[in-house]
Amino acid sequence: MKILLPALSPTMETGNLVKWLVKEGDSVVSGDILAEIETDKATMELESPDDGKVEKILVKEGTENISVNTEIALLRVDGEEIEEISEKPIEKSPQVSSNGSEQPATELKISMNSLLNQTKENSDEKNWSEKEISMREALNKAIEEEMEYDKDVFLLGEEVAEYDGAYKVTQGLLDKFGSKRVLDTPISEHGFTGLAIGAAMAGLKPVCEFMTFNFSMQAIDQIVNSAAKSLYMSGGEINVPIVFRGPNGAAARVGAQHSQCFISWFSHIPGLIVIAPSNARDAKGLLKSSIRNPNPVVFLEHELLYKEKTNVPEENDFLIPIGKGNLIKEGKDVTIIGFSMSVQRILNALPSINKLGISPDIIDLRSIKPLDEELIYKSVKKTNRVVIVEDGFGNTSFGSHLSYLIQSNCFDFLDSEIIKVSGKDVPMPYAENLEKLALPNTDEIVSAVKKVSYIN
Amino acid sequence: MNKKNKNNFTNDQLLKFYEKMFLIRKFEEKAAQLYGAGKIGGFCHLYIGQEAVVIGILSSINSEDTVITAYRDHGHILARGVDPKLVMSELTGRKDGISKGKGGSMHMFSKANRFYGGHGIVGAQVPLGVGIGFAHKYRNEKKISRVYLGDGAMSNGQVFEAFNLASLWELPVLFIIENNKYGMGTSIGRSAAGGELYERATVFGIKGEKVDGMNFFNVSESAIRAREYIEKNSKPYIIEMDTYRFRGHSMSDPGLYRTKDEVNKMKEIDPVLMMKETLLNDYKIQEETIKNVESDIKKQIKDVEKFSLESPLPDLKELYTEVYL
Ligand SMILES: Cc1ncc(C[n+]2csc(CCOP(=O)(O)OP(=O)(O)O)c2C)c(N)n1
Ligand SMILES: [Mg+2]
Repeated sequence: MKILLPALSPTMETGNLVKWLVKEGDSVVSGDILAEIETDKATMELESPDDGKVEKILVKEGTENISVNTEIALLRVDGEEIEEISEKPIEKSPQVSSNGSEQPATELKISMNSLLNQTKENSDEKNWSEKEISMREALNKAIEEEMEYDKDVFLLGEEVAEYDGAYKVTQGLLDKFGSKRVLDTPISEHGFTGLAIGAAMAGLKPVCEFMTFNFSMQAIDQIVNSAAKSLYMSGGEINVPIVFRGPNGAAARVGAQHSQCFISWFSHIPGLIVIAPSNARDAKGLLKSSIRNPNPVVFLEHELLYKEKTNVPEENDFLIPIGKGNLIKEGKDVTIIGFSMSVQRILNALPSINKLGISPDIIDLRSIKPLDEELIYKSVKKTNRVVIVEDGFGNTSFGSHLSYLIQSNCFDFLDSEIIKVSGKDVPMPYAENLEKLALPNTDEIVSAVKKVSYIN
Repeated sequence: MNKKNKNNFTNDQLLKFYEKMFLIRKFEEKAAQLYGAGKIGGFCHLYIGQEAVVIGILSSINSEDTVITAYRDHGHILARGVDPKLVMSELTGRKDGISKGKGGSMHMFSKANRFYGGHGIVGAQVPLGVGIGFAHKYRNEKKISRVYLGDGAMSNGQVFEAFNLASLWELPVLFIIENNKYGMGTSIGRSAAGGELYERATVFGIKGEKVDGMNFFNVSESAIRAREYIEKNSKPYIIEMDTYRFRGHSMSDPGLYRTKDEVNKMKEIDPVLMMKETLLNDYKIQEETIKNVESDIKKQIKDVEKFSLESPLPDLKELYTEVYL
């Protein structure tokens, strides 16, 4: 039996073979630990799938970036013939990403980073000292710095402390700040969200993590009725300085109840600020601003972006103002608007769009509410054509509202209908082919661009 | 080892229960392999270690009774008698899956087998299960709604609202807490204040008990006691099962929150091995007989694997079907 490098998480594409715990000739039973494998999130143990003898070890320990499904050893299962060893070399480069994006993650990374480098939005011209880190690390840094900066900031949520975060965003924070300020909660979203809002009313500044935003639905009443409305109802007496954060939207094949984008839900509510960053740099600058903001902020991350790297300022006074979008690529022919994961989808489509001879303005909204209307209208008045890309359901969506705003503010400038490429109006299916179809893809974005440009 | 068989099962019946437990174990081991090979995606929560719970409860079930659980549901749907081929094909996301590949590991259902899922939001299945019990009572059916939940779910608010309703309206519901000691990486001691978990229901007037969930015979006895109580009193009942999961929470759990020693200690009371030893030693069932049962299951699992990998992906037009009836 061939032992293949297993996928040990929904998003794992490659792994490192840290250590073999068996050697050739060893007898093992099903469940014995064969090796330690380092994944995108953690070091995991590889268990023997059956009873037998370790016939051959094919990949040395210490080897890095081994693709999932590479043969790493041969096991002679009791009563089974030995299989042929195929002399397939270990592939070094990551496979096409399992999340349905058509390009390898590394290419996405480079294009996002280079675009950001070209469009440094800091008007204060400060020369930041920058380091290339992932969005996961950037979020971690932002929380760490703000906890250092303000003793009233504390973090709570499921598995945020001892487990280091279900997605490792809060890694190390318990060690650094202790259990008074980094708290593991029971699976009591409605309760701990209400508690956090109460603490915020009393002057603390909670960062309330939802393991994923799907579970914020358990607490939606407290977010909408308590956090969002208190300032207004109290005539300005009670403000709620809180950040609700966690992954939002569809990760990779986790099914209908774990794959929904809630941007339209939260942006519907007066009193909530809604942020959805697409890259590490924005994630850090915006999370820090969110924690310092005196209002309730819903900060929507995306699991598939956690590993993506960009240059991020290391200074602790690096803040990105809430309410500012970013023109990440300047063109002239069409305005393409996205946020969070959909920015990556737009970048995936960019080579095909360029091939059509079309040069787009690409706007990353970053902040959904408040919205950078000035930036959007300025671009639309130049290009006269608009495509909006959003992962969420199209019906009554944020994109629908955005297209309303654009037509009412730029009516005389539009040369074409506005096209919105949204997630399909169906619960997220599990099957690989259906999930891909349910989310906006390159073809849909390219045909939308063609359509608004009157190209057949 | 418990030698009692107060329920007077015949050796054939016991062998059938063992066969089911062994099927779940082998099915889950295969699922782990297929996940590792990238044939199963997303979340995949294995039932390995908890087999005595579901099969012990099964031994008291009337085929008309209904079952609902959370996302750790492979063992539950297999126990309910759904064809393992359809279950594995759901895990591989194929057309022949029990949910046509649209649900995945966490979302499987079968009305014909009275299995109501397969739910991904911790705690949400509990009010649903109480509602199913409500329907049984409403229609004067002699059925019990069996509602499974984890130790972690026992801190979710709607669970308490559901306990209150079930007791207030005297609904035929059996709550089964699968206390495997952890909700993901959080041990029960770090998530639940106060005394025993089942006592959280007794304050609503629900009678209950705690049982060794690693032992088929103990589970079975308490399940039968519960069924008699519910039938006689038309009131809900709760059993807390002391159990353990041998694998990670899901496939991507490095398991740093518990020691190797702890896991190995629990493996010494492996429910499947214990059941086998009892059948050999106390019921004098021939080793040969058990071997045959096991090798049939192993063969069956090979077919199941093959079927689940050969079944085609769902038709693309399935994307838009079944959003509404
Ligand atoms: C409302 C909600 N919050 C969080 C989660 C994420 N989550 C999935 S399983 C789990 C742990 C549940 O533990 P337990 O109830 O003990 O069940 P077990 O996994 O041990 O079977 C958590 C926190 C979820 N699915 N739903
Ligand atoms: Mg548990």
